[in-house]
Amino acid sequence: MKQSPFVFSKSFITTLLLQTAVLSIIFYGVYTLLVNTQANLEARNIASGFGFLSLESGMPISNSLLPYSPTDSYGYAFLMGVFNTLYVAFFGIVLATLLGILIGVARVSGNWLVSKLAEIYVEVLRNIPLLLVLFFTYTIALAALPIPRKSLNPFTGFFLNNRGIYFPRPIPESGFWLVCLAVLAGIVTAFFIHRHATRLHRETGRVIPSFTLGMIAIIATPAIAWWLTGGPMSWEYAVLKGFNFKGGLVIRPEFSALMTGLILYTAAFIGENVRSGIQSVGIGQINSSKALGLPPGLTMRKVVLPQALRVIIPATTNDYTSLVKNSSLAVAIGYPDMVSIGGTIIGQNDQAIEVIALWMGVYMTINLVISLIMNWLNAKVQLIGR
Amino acid sequence: MKKVMVLIVLSIVMTAATAWSGTLEDVQKKGILACGISEGVPGFSIPDSKGHWVGFDVDMARAVAAAVLSDPEKIKFVPLASKQKIIAVSSGQVDLTSRTTTWTLKRDAKQGVDFTTIVFYDGQGFMVPKSLGVESATKIDGATVCVTAGTTSELNLADFARLHGLKIEALVFDGKKEALNAYTAGRCDGFTTDVSQLASLRTTFASPMAHKILPEVISKEPLSPLVRHGDNQWKDIVTWVINGLIAAEENGITAANVEEMKVKSNNPVIQRMLGQSGDTGSYLGLDKEWLVRAIKAVGNYGEIYDRHFGPSTKLNIPRGVNKLWTQGGLHYALPIR
Repeated sequence: MKQSPFVFSKSFITTLLLQTAVLSIIFYGVYTLLVNTQANLEARNIASGFGFLSLESGMPISNSLLPYSPTDSYGYAFLMGVFNTLYVAFFGIVLATLLGILIGVARVSGNWLVSKLAEIYVEVLRNIPLLLVLFFTYTIALAALPIPRKSLNPFTGFFLNNRGIYFPRPIPESGFWLVCLAVLAGIVTAFFIHRHATRLHRETGRVIPSFTLGMIAIIATPAIAWWLTGGPMSWEYAVLKGFNFKGGLVIRPEFSALMTGLILYTAAFIGENVRSGIQSVGIGQINSSKALGLPPGLTMRKVVLPQALRVIIPATTNDYTSLVKNSSLAVAIGYPDMVSIGGTIIGQNDQAIEVIALWMGVYMTINLVISLIMNWLNAKVQLIGR
Repeated sequence: MKKVMVLIVLSIVMTAATAWSGTLEDVQKKGILACGISEGVPGFSIPDSKGHWVGFDVDMARAVAAAVLSDPEKIKFVPLASKQKIIAVSSGQVDLTSRTTTWTLKRDAKQGVDFTTIVFYDGQGFMVPKSLGVESATKIDGATVCVTAGTTSELNLADFARLHGLKIEALVFDGKKEALNAYTAGRCDGFTTDVSQLASLRTTFASPMAHKILPEVISKEPLSPLVRHGDNQWKDIVTWVINGLIAAEENGITAANVEEMKVKSNNPVIQRMLGQSGDTGSYLGLDKEWLVRAIKAVGNYGEIYDRHFGPSTKLNIPRGVNKLWTQGGLHYALPIR
């Protein structure tokens, strides 16, 4: 007998009903929450909506990547905060990864002292709340450095004081575009050298030092252009004027302290991921590689890492997203990230719900993008059946 | 992060109670007054060595508790960070906030709170280390200034810089403690907030005399307790208790002589105030002796001021515009009748 497609088993209907019920309860809950909030805000005559974002902010921001003045809007001020958060997140992730790899490799090192030091590092940093690490780095940054009038001046144009680290600002002059062009030409040349070397290796088995050759192309071409055009660049030095240094480039202690804290803390976790990744590769694999005569560097690159990455990447994705979320602690040490600026907007506007929604939206977007990239990377290093 | 969580929780609390009864009824039923105060500013509100809150703002709240609950100790003090102070009231977490809050149009009209009456006429100023050799706030071009987030101070600072064409770098901290630490560590050339608070915070430094408060007052900061928007009876009570304390100073009624005045005074104004004639209490939903209890608990306005800011205290803030109108100040008590 042919079964009719419209006859379902009893358990299927029960499940369907149950799931529908749960879903409606969730929807009803969210709906009630929204309606209630709206009604309460109206009853208490509290402004709602995102209209305030176009109003003049009137607030100062000490550290913004783009030009900003208090006459700009709340929306633009918040955007400056978002950029600062992204800035910290990007460099934090890159540098924490480098340090993390170093720590992880040191942990499995055969050298007793190196591996013990790495272990102590991991155990200390991993077991202290990040907020304390930040207070520590910030206090050190302020206490260790002198006031502007007594700045340290290790090289001409470099100044160190408790207002920041000052560098000379490069100012390009006529002919500088030729140098830029030369950099580009160097990179293109290096790319072709690499392609040629790969083909040569595949077809004839010959190995040429493509990396060294490429680096020479990238460095030498602009150097020649620089020499030919007679160094088309001048420097703007920072000078002490009144209370502070003016001119030049500056890295503020709040930024340095936040970056140092985040990197040191996150690197401890990434180091552990790297260690567990490396240790997950069977010792037999390494021994076979040795037996085949592969040098240690090549063993690491061709045998250990591709397998270790499968373990390292998923765990590290978590640490990257944590770093982004942890950067919100910037508010405690005066770095104007998105949370700090949003907090000021709440103080002036009292539209907490809207600002909190913005915070959540931005953090979620950043972390979803990170997850997407990492998942893509993860898919690439997985075993692919041939 | 903790503060963000508090804000989220408060926002949710806001969604919880759709309807509320009168605050007076609520407070009397609970038998305790929930009052928001600052996290610890000497003179305004700070816990003493036994954890008992003392200060000018604290006494204003105790007066209200004495009038409403007949006991100045029936208060739960809730320390609030600057950016929580408004939302804590509008969400109903506290019945009243007595926390150095400036009365502004936007807060009054669009943030779900009502201001009651001005308890302190303040203004924003600057504090700098004496070693800097700065005599005037108009001479701080290029300086870095530490400031606390979520206050009117940031806006005033930016306005002042724009008005005088100064370039001032503002370093914004979430908490007062962190901002002060950065200032004392020399990260900032100056620190800015209301002048009274500068005087107060300066007393907490290792060497207060090494710091100078500049003469310029760059803003008007009328400080007032606030209550939730829309509960007119409760707003009236807080307004008139504080007004009553100012009127008490005008009429020479003190914590010590209030009982005696109640019986002996033949001044009709005082008789009405202290419930001997008329029935002012019932207009507010209270009994006849509401103001007697408030004065007995904390004294009149002048007594409160002297206790926390007067010459015998470490702060020693001259009364200035906070004198009574009869002495050239701004405090002008409204008639109680």
